[in-house]
Amino acid sequence: MKRVVITGVGVITPVGNDTKTFWDNLINGVCGIDRLTRFDTTDYKVKLAGEVRGFKPADFGIDVPTARHMDLYTQYALAAARQAAADSGIEGTVAPERLGVYLGSGIGGMHTFVSETEKLLKRGPGRVSPFFIPMMIGNMAAGTIAIQYNAQGPCLPVVTACATSTHAIGEAFRAVAYGYADAIFAGGAEATIEPLAVAGFTNSQALSLSEDPNAASLPFDARRGGFVMGEGAGVMILEEYEHAVSRGAKIYAEISGYANTCDAYHMTAPRPDGACAARAVEQAAREAGITADDILYINAHGTGTPLNDSSETLAFKLGLGEEMARRAAISSTKSMTGHMLGAAGAVEAIVCALTLARHAAPPTIHYEEPDPACDLDYIPNVCRKADFTAALSTSLGFGGHNGCLALRTFGG
Amino acid sequence: MTFEKTAKILAEYKDIDVSEISLDSTFEDLGLDSLDTVEIVMSLEDEFGISIELDSSLKTVRELVELIDGSL
Repeated sequence: MKRVVITGVGVITPVGNDTKTFWDNLINGVCGIDRLTRFDTTDYKVKLAGEVRGFKPADFGIDVPTARHMDLYTQYALAAARQAAADSGIEGTVAPERLGVYLGSGIGGMHTFVSETEKLLKRGPGRVSPFFIPMMIGNMAAGTIAIQYNAQGPCLPVVTACATSTHAIGEAFRAVAYGYADAIFAGGAEATIEPLAVAGFTNSQALSLSEDPNAASLPFDARRGGFVMGEGAGVMILEEYEHAVSRGAKIYAEISGYANTCDAYHMTAPRPDGACAARAVEQAAREAGITADDILYINAHGTGTPLNDSSETLAFKLGLGEEMARRAAISSTKSMTGHMLGAAGAVEAIVCALTLARHAAPPTIHYEEPDPACDLDYIPNVCRKADFTAALSTSLGFGGHNGCLALRTFGG
Repeated sequence: MTFEKTAKILAEYKDIDVSEISLDSTFEDLGLDSLDTVEIVMSLEDEFGISIELDSSLKTVRELVELIDGSL
């Protein structure tokens, strides 16, 4: 097995469209949630979202005619991929057949789906765009990045709802570890702040109905009442260790464990006992050799739904043992970004990499009222400076999908 | 008039200056593939209020303009 390191990162998020802004805002506890502006919410119970702001495709080298034929989720993915590629300096250092793309979306091109459905209903089948299918399908972000970077190696879009990009990165980690590629663009993208998706999530009782941006996404807080929809993309460059070292690449952290389990329990509700999520945590931590001697940071899924946060807390205790779970510093990035769905796992794995590289973990903001069912250290409100040696990132999705990535400080 | 309207639609589609389009321009010159052609024909049908049966042998702006004129 080969070692796998992270040599580049890129983000499009509600708290920043470049890594520096993103990280500064997270460390300072800046909330990216605000009024939902993409459409008139008069008839909607939900009034808030974590929207990406100030995104211009041209800033990432995507011209107008090209952008017109990319769903927004693909634009976000390509913009994050461009940042990650530039950050790593990977271009031109990997043979095309040794370069891969593992990038998914929880939902895919929903905006395209809805706008073309409207055309079909209003004007008939002859007016549905020839680009409808290629723009809408959930693998096109991966395909587009492969075209842009001539990545002719393994290419795989994962679809596991809110665990999508954790699994995408995990599968990419294995592909590099087993020698199928020298470097892989890995991550996820989502762009579904859009009437149909908001209505659907609202009626599945998943979303917070709060109208106060500072009291809506409340992970692990007793007041929590649902998640706030976010959007964006996260992409990291995973690179085989020797390859990275031989070209003198900057290394953020090492990926050293990954697990994938399923609750096999309910379409949307997590198993209340957290047993299968716990198994994912335990397996990933074991593969990475994480022990009680580690100073551990956990980036929790922490959606702020009543069920997720209590069962996830149980999963940490079951998976790591009570003592290690209590000593770990845990935070939920979603308190600031909202829930970026298929992009969440990648963005949160990037948070883990930066936490290890920069010796500070972002807080869980707006944390005020402890819940007896959530009784661990959630890094309330202020970032935590520490020489973390290992990190875990968990993602849990509709369908019962559980994913956990384990990262280690890069020690050469 | 047919050429001017067609050229304007093509220029907007490719985000280029209309002066770059002539009757002799080929779709290949303009970087238009078969999906683009279908989408452009939809726009032209709306613009001219006609119905065009797309012919896959269509290669130049001149042929497109002739096809439109024949449908008016």
